[in-house]
Amino acid sequence: MELRRDVFQAIADPTRRAIITLVALQAMTPTAIAEKFDSSRQTISKHIQILTECELLKQEQSGREIYYHFNPKKMKEIADFIEPFRNMWDERFNKLESIMKKYKSKK
Amino acid sequence: MEQKTKIAAEDGKQELKITREFDLPVDLLFRAYADPEIVEQWMGTKVLKLENRNHGGYQFETTDPKGNKHRFNGAIHEFTENRKITRTFEMENTGFGVQLEFLKFEEVSEDTSMLTMHIVYRSVEVRDQMLKLPFAQGINMAHNRIQDIASKLK
Repeated sequence: MELRRDVFQAIADPTRRAIITLVALQAMTPTAIAEKFDSSRQTISKHIQILTECELLKQEQSGREIYYHFNPKKMKEIADFIEPFRNMWDERFNKLESIMKKYKSKK
Repeated sequence: MEQKTKIAAEDGKQELKITREFDLPVDLLFRAYADPEIVEQWMGTKVLKLENRNHGGYQFETTDPKGNKHRFNGAIHEFTENRKITRTFEMENTGFGVQLEFLKFEEVSEDTSMLTMHIVYRSVEVRDQMLKLPFAQGINMAHNRIQDIASKLK
């Protein structure tokens, strides 16, 4: 199954992680974000677009300017992504523990 | 309920750590990894080969609910009774490639022990993919279940 652009893809890139860190501190215009990087304005726009598509950033119009805000709710979702992985191991280890407890009492 | 299994996966790193405390003496915990019959029980897998020694190897086979067989294997670099296993792990025919696993077994008290699994992947991308796998499988399973139910309704 092909997943849409997902948040993991979004945070896999170091530039995008840097953008998130910047915007998490304060809402910024695309120009202000681009000024912080050596990459071209176009490259940064593309990164911002991906982050917005993944809902890690939210746009807000303020007068003539567009400001990007950080969306912490989406970040929480990333933490929740790991939960099924943790559960898988937890279940395995629970099984190991119960099998070995029986094994011990048999001895 | 307290979570006994903990995952530490730092952002942007190609490794992760799984830790778990067991209500078992360390030798019993270790035996669960070394005895093929016991491995089969808790891993839900068939053990085709398990050479518990330095420079040994292993190969396991699982059968999914649809009857498809999946094999995984690895080389055992170091095997030190009740203390550590250093090995590689690879799912065959998946393209994920090989990962390096450091398993540390520690005594906490006479009846409790701690397992630390330190896993190193080829890249950050591969690690994130592996982390997502159970999540994606969960979605797929739910999806299949919905399809099963839907097809019965027809």
